[in-house]
Amino acid sequence: MTKLELNVNGKLRIGEVEDRTLLADFLRDQLGLTGTHIGCDTSQCGCCTVHLDGRAIKSCTMLAVQASGAKVVTIEGLAKGDTLHPVQQAFSDCHGLQCGFCTPGMIMATAALLKDNPNPSDAEIYRGLEGNLCRCTGYINIVKAVKRAAQTS
Amino acid sequence: MFEFSYLKANSLSEAAAFVAAHPDAKLLAGGMTLLPTLKQRLAQPSHLVDVGRLPELGGIELKAGRLAIGAATRHHDVATSAVVRNAIPALAYLASHIGDPQVRNCGTLGGSVANNDPAADYPAAVLALDAIIVTTQREIAAADFFQGMFATALEAGEIIVRVLFPVPKRAAYEKFPHPASGYAMAGAFVAEMATGVRVAVTGAGPGVFRWSEAESALAQNLNVAAVDKLTLEATDLNEDFHATREYRANLAKVMTKRALQKMLATK
Repeated sequence: MTKLELNVNGKLRIGEVEDRTLLADFLRDQLGLTGTHIGCDTSQCGCCTVHLDGRAIKSCTMLAVQASGAKVVTIEGLAKGDTLHPVQQAFSDCHGLQCGFCTPGMIMATAALLKDNPNPSDAEIYRGLEGNLCRCTGYINIVKAVKRAAQTS
Repeated sequence: MFEFSYLKANSLSEAAAFVAAHPDAKLLAGGMTLLPTLKQRLAQPSHLVDVGRLPELGGIELKAGRLAIGAATRHHDVATSAVVRNAIPALAYLASHIGDPQVRNCGTLGGSVANNDPAADYPAAVLALDAIIVTTQREIAAADFFQGMFATALEAGEIIVRVLFPVPKRAAYEKFPHPASGYAMAGAFVAEMATGVRVAVTGAGPGVFRWSEAESALAQNLNVAAVDKLTLEATDLNEDFHATREYRANLAKVMTKRALQKMLATK
């Protein structure tokens, strides 16, 4: 077991984990932040995307102990009180989802994409969300939502 | 995953001493290959020694015609570095097409090179550019470093510190990515160096290799037609349910032509 200390959504969190514990499992099981989903568990689908020190990563492919000392933002950390983050609002407005399972990861990946590229083209959106799979929508409304978020961010 | 002990190295020498003393320990940098491997229980290391944030393995520097990139540099940082984009734009392009954004935020140059996946992108650049792999013990020429599928010249306990890329006159990389994984079904890095044109092919064979017939043909005529006449020998190439070896041979040729065309279009 190893102690770890990390800042999650602006709060200092202290935990103790088996060294092999994945960051996604730590967030879900110990911190109760179940908005971070585990879809494929093989670093393909991106449902588990969170921000680590400001960059999107797949939390199912990082050890919790690797993230010790880092700043982590999960989907729960995006909204300010009752006000949704512009990317969340855009996914809602454009209905960029069907079942919603991939949505937390899509939103975290989109927020990271727009930070690097505030006004992406369709092609840049496809490339930017390459690490996230949606098995329902066909991506049409997801791309719409990203564009809407780019306008409203 | 099987159980292991995690250790965050405080220095390169500490990491090197630890892995030398513990033969079943493994180095962890970005973890983009190692962690999925462990999750499938395909390996059972005693320890993971995290070198991913060691400052000694960082840094991008252009010096005396060579671009030095620290082994723990993330693909994203290579892709977006102004120094890399100016000196070897083809290398920045290559890095920007590895995996997906989340993978590029974690995966490292040193990890990719040390793993030597036969379909990885970086080995093609390292071999085509005749780069030097600087380790904790010595400097290894690219030609001696890659030794076939997942095999390299690295000794137990030896750690890649940085890679020195000679700056070519011009270069280009093109790959046909596997639609699911993004790994190269075939990829070609073409570089015009002071000594001539070098062509390295990844993804098609059991390991990265130079296509010497193409290099000789291009020494005579530096144009796409020179490669068009050639057939890459398929006998030793990979065959699986994605593609036959003949298909891969042709794909490697097409990627070589595309890379060449792109390179020739730059001044």
